[in-house]
Amino acid sequence: MSAASLRSGEPTAAAGVAAAREPAARVAAAWPLLASVEDPEIPALSIVDLGLVRFVEVGSDGLLEVGLSPTYVGCPATEVIHRSVQDALRRGSVGDFKVTTVLSPAWSSDWISADGRRKLLEYGIVPPDQSVSNMRDVLRGTRPLACPRCQSLDTEMVSEFGSTPCKALHRCRACLEPFEYFKCI
Amino acid sequence: MSAHAPKVDSDALFRYVLRLGDLSMVLGQRLGEWVGHSPALEEDLGLANIALDLIGQARLLLTYAGEIEGRGRDEDKLAYLREQGAYFNAILAEQPNGDFGQTIGRQVLIDAFQLELYERMAGSRDARLAAIAAKSVKEVRYHLRYSSDWLVRLGDGTAESHARAQSALDLLWPYTVELFAADDLDRQMADTGVAPQLSEVHAAWSMRIDAILNEATLKRPADRPHAWHGKRGQHSEHLGYILAEMQYLQRTYPDARW
Repeated sequence: MSAASLRSGEPTAAAGVAAAREPAARVAAAWPLLASVEDPEIPALSIVDLGLVRFVEVGSDGLLEVGLSPTYVGCPATEVIHRSVQDALRRGSVGDFKVTTVLSPAWSSDWISADGRRKLLEYGIVPPDQSVSNMRDVLRGTRPLACPRCQSLDTEMVSEFGSTPCKALHRCRACLEPFEYFKCI
Repeated sequence: MSAHAPKVDSDALFRYVLRLGDLSMVLGQRLGEWVGHSPALEEDLGLANIALDLIGQARLLLTYAGEIEGRGRDEDKLAYLREQGAYFNAILAEQPNGDFGQTIGRQVLIDAFQLELYERMAGSRDARLAAIAAKSVKEVRYHLRYSSDWLVRLGDGTAESHARAQSALDLLWPYTVELFAADDLDRQMADTGVAPQLSEVHAAWSMRIDAILNEATLKRPADRPHAWHGKRGQHSEHLGYILAEMQYLQRTYPDARW
């Protein structure tokens, strides 16, 4: 276990060459590095596609700060992502940085980008319904999902909980293949 | 909530945050016992996922408790190095898994409690608790959907599953009283705007549970006076066994890391 709090992080030293660069240039350099970090469970998507990067800014302490949100509070991928982000930032010339955890406002599957939703579907995972901040919709259940392989609407949910906290298990009754659905949260 | 609310006592806040964190941690640990033993692979995954979310909540809460206390205890020290009497979860969470019906019954009762509590706590004047509650409640909605679906299937299922679900409910119901019995600490947290009034949480919980039991064709047992005070550190015999297993490694190899 490691500490995770509202906003916690430790400064990490990176290549010193960038220390003199303009803050805007450091932020601009950080984004493509972050976009190269894959989600460990769904490697088709980057953490930027998933909407996990909440902000990139240079603070008054001169550190480049990256704010990351967890998808689910207990998701084991969260720590892997933190380490991957640190590794990626060290490869670039962004100067000294820190990575902090942002809990509030809570991450929502609505923040997955349009690009991210397209990549999910291509990967065989049905993207989440959007804008389900309405609890009734979450609790009452689901519209019929189209099978990502044969597009049939004759599908059923097998289990609310799949191989990772963020996905549910479904099955297509037409092509008989199982598939996953990215839950809206 | 009022900007002029009285100051929050940090020792009281510490104990209150432990209550919340311990409930999540002990229930998460209990659910973890099902891994590899569930009736079907899907339920194995479902219960393990819920356990993981609960442990995630516990990590956030225990980390916060340690910071409030300010004596250098982090989430690990609080989880692995406290004795039974320093755990403040309501004892419903530590009740044994029993059969699948008993596990599901316990889960419905606690999921509905956390749902109603966290929804209100998202407006807490304590920004950190508000953030943790707002994040957790999204996950708890899925937990309750899972557990209440199962309770309806068991209750409105065969004669055997109905009888088992009802007896689980009869067995567990008396422990729910403790969840809502407000003591000085609960009142202090409500009066200072940190937590909602437990009476309000109870009323909402009660309506929600009635609706689920009705659909499940199960009878709501009567409330009975209770003699348990897990929230004050007085536990049933079950907690010691949970802690013995959970804390064994850390106590045998202090400060072990992997």
